[in-house]
Amino acid sequence: MNPLIPLFVAIPLTGAFLDMILGRFIKGFSRYFTSVVLLALASMSIYSAATTGTDPSVYNVGGWEPVLGIPVGISMVMDGFTVLMLCIINIVGFLSAFYSVSYIKRFTSDNFYYALFCLMTAGMNGVVLSGDIFNIFVFLEISVISAYALVAFGVEKNELEASFKYQVLGSLASFFILFGIALIYWKTKTLNIADIREVLKSGYERPYYIFVELLILSGFGLKAAIIPFHAWLPDAHSSAPSPISAMLSGVLIKAAGIYVIIRLFFNLFETSESMAILITTLGSLSMVIGVFLAIGQWDIKRLLAYHSISQMGYVVLSVGMGMILISRGVKHEIAMLAIAGGLYHLVNHAAFKGLLFLNAGAIEYTLGTRDLREMGGLGKSMPATSATSFVASMSISGIPPFNGFFSKLIIIIAAIMARFYFLAFLAVLVSIITLASFLKFQRYAFYNREEGKGEKGIKEVPFPMVFSMVVMSLLCIMLSLLAFPGIRDAVLAPAAEILTDPAKYSNIVIGF
Amino acid sequence: MTAYILCFILFLVGLYGVITRRNLIKIAISLSVMEFSTFLLFALIGYTDGGVAPIVDPSDPAKVYVDPLPQALVLTAIVIGLATTAMLMATIIRLYRKYGTFDIREIKNLKG
Repeated sequence: MNPLIPLFVAIPLTGAFLDMILGRFIKGFSRYFTSVVLLALASMSIYSAATTGTDPSVYNVGGWEPVLGIPVGISMVMDGFTVLMLCIINIVGFLSAFYSVSYIKRFTSDNFYYALFCLMTAGMNGVVLSGDIFNIFVFLEISVISAYALVAFGVEKNELEASFKYQVLGSLASFFILFGIALIYWKTKTLNIADIREVLKSGYERPYYIFVELLILSGFGLKAAIIPFHAWLPDAHSSAPSPISAMLSGVLIKAAGIYVIIRLFFNLFETSESMAILITTLGSLSMVIGVFLAIGQWDIKRLLAYHSISQMGYVVLSVGMGMILISRGVKHEIAMLAIAGGLYHLVNHAAFKGLLFLNAGAIEYTLGTRDLREMGGLGKSMPATSATSFVASMSISGIPPFNGFFSKLIIIIAAIMARFYFLAFLAVLVSIITLASFLKFQRYAFYNREEGKGEKGIKEVPFPMVFSMVVMSLLCIMLSLLAFPGIRDAVLAPAAEILTDPAKYSNIVIGF
Repeated sequence: MTAYILCFILFLVGLYGVITRRNLIKIAISLSVMEFSTFLLFALIGYTDGGVAPIVDPSDPAKVYVDPLPQALVLTAIVIGLATTAMLMATIIRLYRKYGTFDIREIKNLKG
């Protein structure tokens, strides 16, 4: 039993409240306090990751224990998959918050910024901890409403337009999700994920639940920007302030979209082959189309945003492959490998995409432009930015010593072992195009010396920004350790195990 | 059954409005229509024919109660809906100040 579970939601909520109240009287209070709050959360999540392992714990809100195996209260579950997500959210959150200390100075009213930042973190922590579908919806809304406000934080034409698009599509997604939850509640009369699974065991009406599954998939697919639903992502992620882009791209689309899709389709619905094939197709489509849309971009943050779609495609693809194998009931080992590879790529993507957005923010901070054609020669004047962005670019395009290589390798090995040769080929192809696109980024931003204004009086960004970028790049290198069997078994295997074994999940939550 | 189908039709009416309307305010109204159709569905799910408010009366065990949980869920969802609508309206007002129009065809700075 982990006593920290409710604190993951309570601490950032308190932080948001204090930012607004005390920040009004003490100048610069919210700026440093938010970093402290996020640092506390990050250390708590690392502690939980170290202690949880294969032994999940459950917290019943208000002390309402299950009665005769029927949950009567709200439960919060911390298992292998959840702690993985908590680590991503809070570590990337801490680095973005610390980065904001100097970045956000050019905006007015930074108390609002930090309060919304804390609220967004609270929402995401709630989503990953909740063991109850309606609470997932509530926390999801907390985090996305703060995200809407943060995207529009610059209140210029582009920011407002992007935020409006995001809000309309995000609200549509929310209503799809709510509709799906209503339909699930109608048949099962319960909202607890584990309990729904138990009820569904006795009588699964295929046609009815296919409709529900499609509603849920399109709702969370919109939040996660899988390809047919991706229209809002490049606008929203490129218009937000850079630390927020890092949070949105690195964390929010995973916590609010991919995490819930994976959790619900493994632990709530019965895995069906048709739905698994649909998910795999969507994943491979986003992987391929995302990278082709990215390669023609000249705005750095738009380029990175399109790459987020493409890299999320890898995660969805490999999890979908695992789902196909499980629904066929064959090759359980390979299914585990595919799912672990997908989760590994999810963690890696948070590290390198967060870092890339922080780099883009540093360039925008010094040059005041996001257009690649107006840059050049920054390699000498901004050594830290240049070096860290090189690490991140090589990670995302899958060059050996960095983390992106190992996760893509695991995904491709799993695809080949499962005899999905075409998908393995697509994964390699997309990786090569990603490399091309990031070589373009590197060349135009840092080395293209003849033109651009790189030479004259450009200095490295302030310490907090450099610190965040350097820590992120160290994470990028250290995460490749996860590929080694011993460490992989300790970190990724519990997460994959809880997903592939829904009976164990139900057993933990409601104690059958 | 008819009530449920009407509910779904209301949902689709809202969806149609979001897709086809050109005016920002009308898009916001269509979103609200979708939202309330979902709330209506929740209320219908909890409804029992001849049921009364769920305050348990031990002297009359034959009494039928409505399901109270969907009502609690709808209340929560209404509060969330209020926040989203307020946020959307604030954005629309700001957009109107910047662009001087509510027409979505005029607001297209972001492309590609």
